Amino acid sequence: MWARRSDLPLDHDALGRFLPWLIAFMVYLAALALAGMLLLNAMAARWDKGMSDTLTVQIAPADSPEKDAQRVRATLGIIRSFPGVARAQPLDEGRLMDLLEPWLGPGGGAEDLPLPHLIDVKLKTGARVDAAALAKRLAAAVPGTAVDDHGVWLERLIRLVRTVEALATAVLLLIGLATAGTVVFTTRTGLSIHHEAIEVLHLIGAQDTYVARQFAGRALAMGLRGGVIGLVFAVPTLLGIGYLATRMQAGLLPDVSLDPHHWAALAGLPLVVAAIAMVTARLTVMRTLARML
Amino acid sequence: MTIEGSDCVVRFESVGLRYGLGPEVLQDISFALAPGSFHFLLGASGAGKSTLLRLMYLALKPSRGLISLFGHNMATTSRRQLPALRRRIGVVFQDFRLLHHLSAFDNVALPLRVAGVRENEIRKHVVELLTWVGLKDHVNIRPTILSGGQQQRVAIARAVIARPKLLLADEPTGNVDDRMAMRLMHLFEELNKLGTTIVIATHNETLVRRLGHPRLRLDAGWLDAGTPDQQAAGKPAAGVFAAATSGSRAKQSSESAA
Ligand SMILES: Nc1ncnc2c1ncn2[C@@H]1O[C@H](COP(=O)(O)OP(=O)(O)OP(=O)(O)O)[C@@H](O)[C@H]1O
Ligand SMILES: [Mg+2]
Repeated sequence: MWARRSDLPLDHDALGRFLPWLIAFMVYLAALALAGMLLLNAMAARWDKGMSDTLTVQIAPADSPEKDAQRVRATLGIIRSFPGVARAQPLDEGRLMDLLEPWLGPGGGAEDLPLPHLIDVKLKTGARVDAAALAKRLAAAVPGTAVDDHGVWLERLIRLVRTVEALATAVLLLIGLATAGTVVFTTRTGLSIHHEAIEVLHLIGAQDTYVARQFAGRALAMGLRGGVIGLVFAVPTLLGIGYLATRMQAGLLPDVSLDPHHWAALAGLPLVVAAIAMVTARLTVMRTLARML
Repeated sequence: MTIEGSDCVVRFESVGLRYGLGPEVLQDISFALAPGSFHFLLGASGAGKSTLLRLMYLALKPSRGLISLFGHNMATTSRRQLPALRRRIGVVFQDFRLLHHLSAFDNVALPLRVAGVRENEIRKHVVELLTWVGLKDHVNIRPTILSGGQQQRVAIARAVIARPKLLLADEPTGNVDDRMAMRLMHLFEELNKLGTTIVIATHNETLVRRLGHPRLRLDAGWLDAGTPDQQAAGKPAAGVFAAATSGSRAKQSSESAA
């Protein structure tokens, strides 16, 4: 794969010297896009897992606290006996107040409001619980109950994540194409700059593959060099973004960070880009030379 | 008195060549070179010697006519087959065409590397040959800082290193003194004894007379093969056959019996 030594002075081309920097930039962008994609993916998986085994049951307030308590007890009884349910716990008053405080302000008179009672339901892992059937049974026994399986919200969130992922994939593809395009351009230029030397190689009996190997070896080396430079810049950027995110996320985002697998994928970027550069250079040389005598 | 086309190393039939839309630089060239022959190619400057050689080393395609090399008809030979044919041809270009970023060693090694010869074998051969042409101390020097004559010797070494079956040299002794010229000619003769067919384009009449090999003479695009003083020099003209096609001024050489 590596050219033994170069029979063509490719490294001295002014054009060739900017190629690693261009590739570095591409790999930098690709690393950010890829990291974003991997994080979103992990986040979506966690949400999906975290949300799909919980339900929330809401019980509309009745006239008196005694009645309320009775309705909650009845509801709990039904829920706990429902197949697939692991645990059901009423959300206590204090916790509810905490949740409402941002909207009502401290001491906003939440105590006086007729608040619904919430029941947090944990499902057995992997159990598929028919939320609609549960809602029906509850409504029959305790009128004024509602079951929220977060389905709509979750579905929207996942759809958003998938869209962003598709965008990131498109960005990665474009970066690949742009790299290939740049390599085609520099290779063609190299071929015309070294036209005479290549003709001599041909007349001496060199096959197109021999010439192609020189260009491909050089493209591979430049791709690797550029890729590593790009990655070296991308890593501090990603760490910086991660740091800021942990400082800003006040429990808003699930806590996800790049794990070793993700870092391995990022480290693979320079290799992929270098491989693209090498293959592109080779194909370009073979195609261009095929049109010569 | 003809020999079969497949036996000839080089065979031209009514070959004409023009550069672009210009006039025909070569017209109706017909000749054949037998294996192991040695010829000088003579002619005034601009007569078309280099052009004729370019056709032989496959840098040009003829505008008309037929060329066959080693029994392959070039008109029907695909591009992919060319490298194998070219490896059997050694060329000393009139303007050397050395690769300037490579050392003398790497320039000479090029035909071997291109042919995939192993590096440890290359080393020995190349150094030996460079020593033989008097460039022992210039092995690792780049052509740009070699003198004209030194560059020429590198070019010659590159042409002969792979022991080609056909050697085409365009004015190979134009930049060296007479003693070195003779030495280089002996190198060609050595190669010739090993069976290589040789064509040397030159203006150096003294050299031609001294070595006495048969001559091909180009005159304003026409080829004249064979002259009487080949016999005078007592050398057999191994295989110049000027085809007696109509329109060709090439004369049948009398001593072409082979
Ligand atoms: N690349 C080219 N394009 C156009 N015309 C050319 C080209 N090369 C050579 N010619 C023309 O072809 C004719 C023959 O040139 P050529 O180089 O074959 O002559 P030559 O016999 O080798 O001369 P010299 O002894 O000076 O080397 C000349 O008139 C020259 O101008
Ligand atoms: Mg010439």
